[in-house]
This record gives sequence, C-alpha cells and structure tokens, in this order.
Amino acid sequence: MKIERLKTDLLIIGGGTAGCYAAITVASNAAGKNTAENKGAGVQDAAGLKILVVEKANIKRSGCLAAGVNALNAYITEGRTPRDYVEYAKKDADGIVREDLLYSISEKFNEVTAHLERLGLVILKDKDGKYVTRGNRNIKINGENIKPILAAAVAKAPNVQVLNHVNIFDFSVHDNRIDGAFGFGIENDTFYAIEARAVIIATGGAAGLYRPNNPGFSRHKMWYPPFNTGAGYAMGIRHGAEMTTFEMRFIALRCKDTIAPTGTLAQGVGAKQVNALGEVYETKYGISTSERVYGTVAENLEGRGPCYLRTVGITPEQEESLLKAYLNMAPSQTIRWIENDTPSKANVEIEGTEPYIVGGHTASGYWVDTKRATTIVGLYAAGDVAGGAPQKYVTGALAEGEIAAKSAVEYIQSKVAEHAEATIKEGEIENHIAEIEKFLGKQGGNTAEARSESVERLEEEMQAAMDAYAGGIKTGYRYSENQLAVALKEIEKIEARVGDLHADDLQEVMYIYELKERLTVCKSVIAHLAARHETRWHSFAENTDYPEKDNERFRKYVNSRLENGKIKIILRELTTEGQRNYEHHH
Amino acid sequence: MSIIIDQGKCIGCGRCHDVCPGTLIKINENKKAFIKYPKDCWGCTSCIKECPVHAISFFLGEDIGGKGCKVHTEKVKGEKNDIVRWFFELNDGSVKTIDIDPKESNKY
Repeated sequence: MKIERLKTDLLIIGGGTAGCYAAITVASNAAGKNTAENKGAGVQDAAGLKILVVEKANIKRSGCLAAGVNALNAYITEGRTPRDYVEYAKKDADGIVREDLLYSISEKFNEVTAHLERLGLVILKDKDGKYVTRGNRNIKINGENIKPILAAAVAKAPNVQVLNHVNIFDFSVHDNRIDGAFGFGIENDTFYAIEARAVIIATGGAAGLYRPNNPGFSRHKMWYPPFNTGAGYAMGIRHGAEMTTFEMRFIALRCKDTIAPTGTLAQGVGAKQVNALGEVYETKYGISTSERVYGTVAENLEGRGPCYLRTVGITPEQEESLLKAYLNMAPSQTIRWIENDTPSKANVEIEGTEPYIVGGHTASGYWVDTKRATTIVGLYAAGDVAGGAPQKYVTGALAEGEIAAKSAVEYIQSKVAEHAEATIKEGEIENHIAEIEKFLGKQGGNTAEARSESVERLEEEMQAAMDAYAGGIKTGYRYSENQLAVALKEIEKIEARVGDLHADDLQEVMYIYELKERLTVCKSVIAHLAARHETRWHSFAENTDYPEKDNERFRKYVNSRLENGKIKIILRELTTEGQRNYEHHH
Repeated sequence: MSIIIDQGKCIGCGRCHDVCPGTLIKINENKKAFIKYPKDCWGCTSCIKECPVHAISFFLGEDIGGKGCKVHTEKVKGEKNDIVRWFFELNDGSVKTIDIDPKESNKY
C-alpha cells in the first residue's frame, strides 16, 4: 500500500449536496472575483485557501441526489416567511427542533435556489416568470441532473481539489481538536493521511441499520442511499462528539416494492391515502410525517389493509406527467406501471420503509451551534449528518453547506486553527495500516465459523436484530426496554466477530469499515430509544413501555456522548420561541 | 433490481464505472465493464445515462414484482434541444418509449 500525506486548509469529507455546496461557497470568492454565476454564495477573504473534497464514490452522482430529485421541498413561497417554515418543521417534530438552526437555513432557502438556477437547474415558471409552487413550501423543477450541475460548479471552482473513490474512515483528533483525517483509495491501493486546519463533515445519514423491505436480491431498493452508512456519525461518536435526537428515526411512506416517493402522487394529483375498504384514513391519525406512516401501519394491524394512494380516475394527461415525473427521480416506479396497471387503472399500494437515521428529514445528528460547529473543535457539520434541523431537504443541505463553509473559513483565519507542523504522527498511520492489512491478510480465520464469516452475513444479522428488537418493520416499529436490551446484546456480539472478517481488496475493507460504522450507530440509536421514556412520534419512536407523550419530562433534547467507552445520555433544554442563537460550550 | 451490461456493445470507456455512487461497476481484463456487486445496486440509473453506446439496461428484480422489462435511455435530437428517450423493452418483445425534455420541468 502506498502512503500519501496531504495537507490542506479545509477538508470536506463527502461530496454530496452539502459538501459540494460548501466547496463552491468557499471557492467562489477565493479567486477574488464575484461572477454573476456564483453571486450570492461565497465568503470574503478566502483567497489562497486550499480546499480538498474527499468522496468515496464520484461527486458527479454521489449521495442522495444520484437519481435526481423531483421538486425542491423547502422554499419560502410568496406570502410566506422563514418563520412559517420554522413553525411547520417544529410542529411536524412535535417541538423537538432547534429553532435557531431552522431559522438560519429557512432564511437561505430562496437564495440558494436562485444560485442553483444560475448554475443551470431548470425550475418551472409561470407566464410572469415566477416559480410555480406545489403546495406551500415546494417548487417544481427538473432535477434529474442536479448533482452533475453541482459537480460541474465544483470542478470550475478555483483552489478546490477533489479526491474521488477515497473512503475516509477516521478523524485525526488531538485534545478534542480535529487536525485531519485518515482514508484509503478503494481502487488505487493508497493510504491517505490528510492534515487540515478545519474539517467539514458532510457524509450524510445512515441507511442499512434495519432489515429493509425487500431483503433479497433487491435489498438495496431503499429510500435512502444504501451507500450512506453513517460514517460521519460513527467517526464523531468514537471521538466523543455530542450527538442529538438519534431516537427520532425517519421512516418514509413509499410506493410498495419500488420504494418510490408518494409525495408526488399526493401533492401532484391530489391522491388520498385510503385503506382496503376505500376509506380515507389520514384524518383519523393526523397528517404529520410520522402520523402518515403510523396511520398506514395501524390500518394494516387492525385488518383494514393494504393501504393505497387513490389514483384511479386520474386523466390520461395526469398519468403521462406522472410517468415522466417518476423517470426523473425513481425510474423503478415508471417501470412498475409500464409492466403492470398504470395509476389511472389501479391505486398505488403504499408501505413504510425500514427506519433510517437522517438529519435532513428528522433531527438526528451532530449537536451543533448556529455556526454548525460540532463539539469537536475545528469540525463543522452540514446536511444529513447535522442534527437539530429536520425537513431541511436539498435547499437546507445547501444552506448548511454554505453556513458550515463560512464558519470553517472564519475559524481557519483565527489563530485557533494554527497547528504545529505535522499533526499526524507516523505511528498513527502505521496503526491504521496495520489494521487494514490484518483484514487483507486474513484467509478466513482458524475456526470453521470464522472461515464462513462475511460482511454480508454480519450485516444481515445486525439488520435482523434491529428489526426484531429495536422497532423495525417486523414489530410495526414498536419496541420495549426489554427488547432494546436484547438488541444491544446482539449488536455487541456481532461487533466482536468483525475481527474475523477477511477482505480481498480495499473496497472490501471499506465494506468492513462500513459495517463497523453501522454497528456504532446502532448502539447510539438503541441508547437514545431507551432514553426517551415517552411516545412523542408514533412509529418514529414508538415505545410500548411509555405509550403516551410526557411533556413535563421530555420536552427536551436527548443528547449523547461516548465517555470511557460508555454512551452517556444528556438531556438538554429546548430553544425558546423565536430563539436565533444556541451556543454550546465545549 | 439491478443492471445488465451488454458485453457486445460495451466499448470500455469506463464512464459507468466513474459515476456509480456505490463504485459497483468494474472494468475486466477484456476492457469491458461488468457489475461486480449486482445486489448492491441502488437503481439510480446514473450508469445508464452515462453510457454512450446504450449497453446498460436496468430491470426490477422478481422479488419486487419485476416481469423482465429492460430499460435504457438514448439522447435524441428534439425540435429545440436534445431530449432523453427512455426505452422499455417488455418481455413480449414490444418496446415502449417515453421522451423527457431536460429543459422542461416536471409537471408534479
């Protein structure tokens, strides 16, 4: 294995939506010019800063937006204010949000949207040149190529270098201050030790913790990218970063089997959720994101399933538009319709997905201050990896990328970020390489059991344990304290077997590290689920020991931090009405 | 659900390998692309859109109700600009197409 030592000012880990936009933000003024194209983003005095984006795939199509996106779901439409958006997100999460974080992104939604349009995104406009809205917060776009558009802007940005196909698996942290990260090229047999003055973590959330809807051949036909393994969470957890609200899991209500979005049907053609008897049931359970999932689960449990989105009777024009809209974001659903009955002839069956941990939809993630600083000095978080601000979607991820970038530059320019030469010691590199080579060198271990051990098998066991004992699809998302205790034991047993795994190449080493990341995240999820002694969000956190909401004790953030190998739970006070700033203390 | 790469059509340009968000596609000794980890495919269709010779098609697995339809895209000249034509090759041999104009927004 070759060893490459790199040095940069700002290291951005993960070149998805938030990571790319962070790079564009810093770079757009770095050359001292403010072109029409990148006006709006950009930070002052960033000239000369070196920025390195490290991505485990290729930024052209990596992350959540690989297939495209059908609408921008977070936009302040005419007559609405950022305050309205904050209120909406707060209500949807039943109070457990950071108002300061939500404000700071809501105020930027329209700005980053205009910037995207200048970069080449097609947005539907009316005769007067105004964006056409879908509901109160959404605008209609052709987002099939949104990721290539962002990647092209990164490529044009001065001072930005991109390392594709390099997997970062650990931070370099000394005295709770980050000074770089470690990774390896999955196709070039190279180990990377990267020193940086500041780091933005933008690796997304975690899929694949729970047994998916279709665990066989199509196991990766899931809502969230299966390549988002919770790496950013895991690295932070291991280095003692404070995390928040991992118990607010996200479960998407999707079209059955294809796991395609339902919002386009509900909002596009006004399709209502109906049970097998044809009854509209949403009014019975409420219309928050979690209640929509819960209603569907409950109707099934009570024998009135399956449930559908009522599309029968839509016009041929509507149907044609639907087939096209899905091709731009979830082609599987269009194939489904073409192979079977089209939506005008048959209602679309819906189901809940397995739970995910994702800070762009719920509030799970790094505990950050308004500047997106984590509790590790010099480490900033943006996008799905950052907690506290649910419903951030694409535009929120862009906004957080921008905020994190500006904060990181400010930090770099302060004296605090000055490091002595060579913060990463040779010994640290040697230790990491020794671990990687151990996996590469093993030929299946000594015992029969170890020989047959595979990442796939351990991953399936982890998902089965989470499914059965930590509120997966199997239990209708419900769990009890006793079940969670079993889940933790199972996860720890699987963790103990990871050392027996063997890898043929560095891509397979990455799969081992991804499994370890998921196991780390699972333990935090279990600890958080066990700590919230109430049921505030049906399905997302359905605690059968505490089936009621407890405002007195749990109108609080449930946070956690790893201390001496144990997860310590910390309850923190909520932001107050309209609060714009919530600084944490290190 | 996964993809099939037609070895006869593949020209080994490597663009599908470059864009796959899971790095699941590799190039073999004969300079042809193949999917090394078919079960890990997310179904994003990035590779299909990149392929200059339409060698890659996408299908739904039987486990999620797929009936053998294979899908690929081609860029064709439209009246004003290039459009993306999606081809659906059904099991009975028939082919359906849907045209998407990248300059037009989704209606929904």
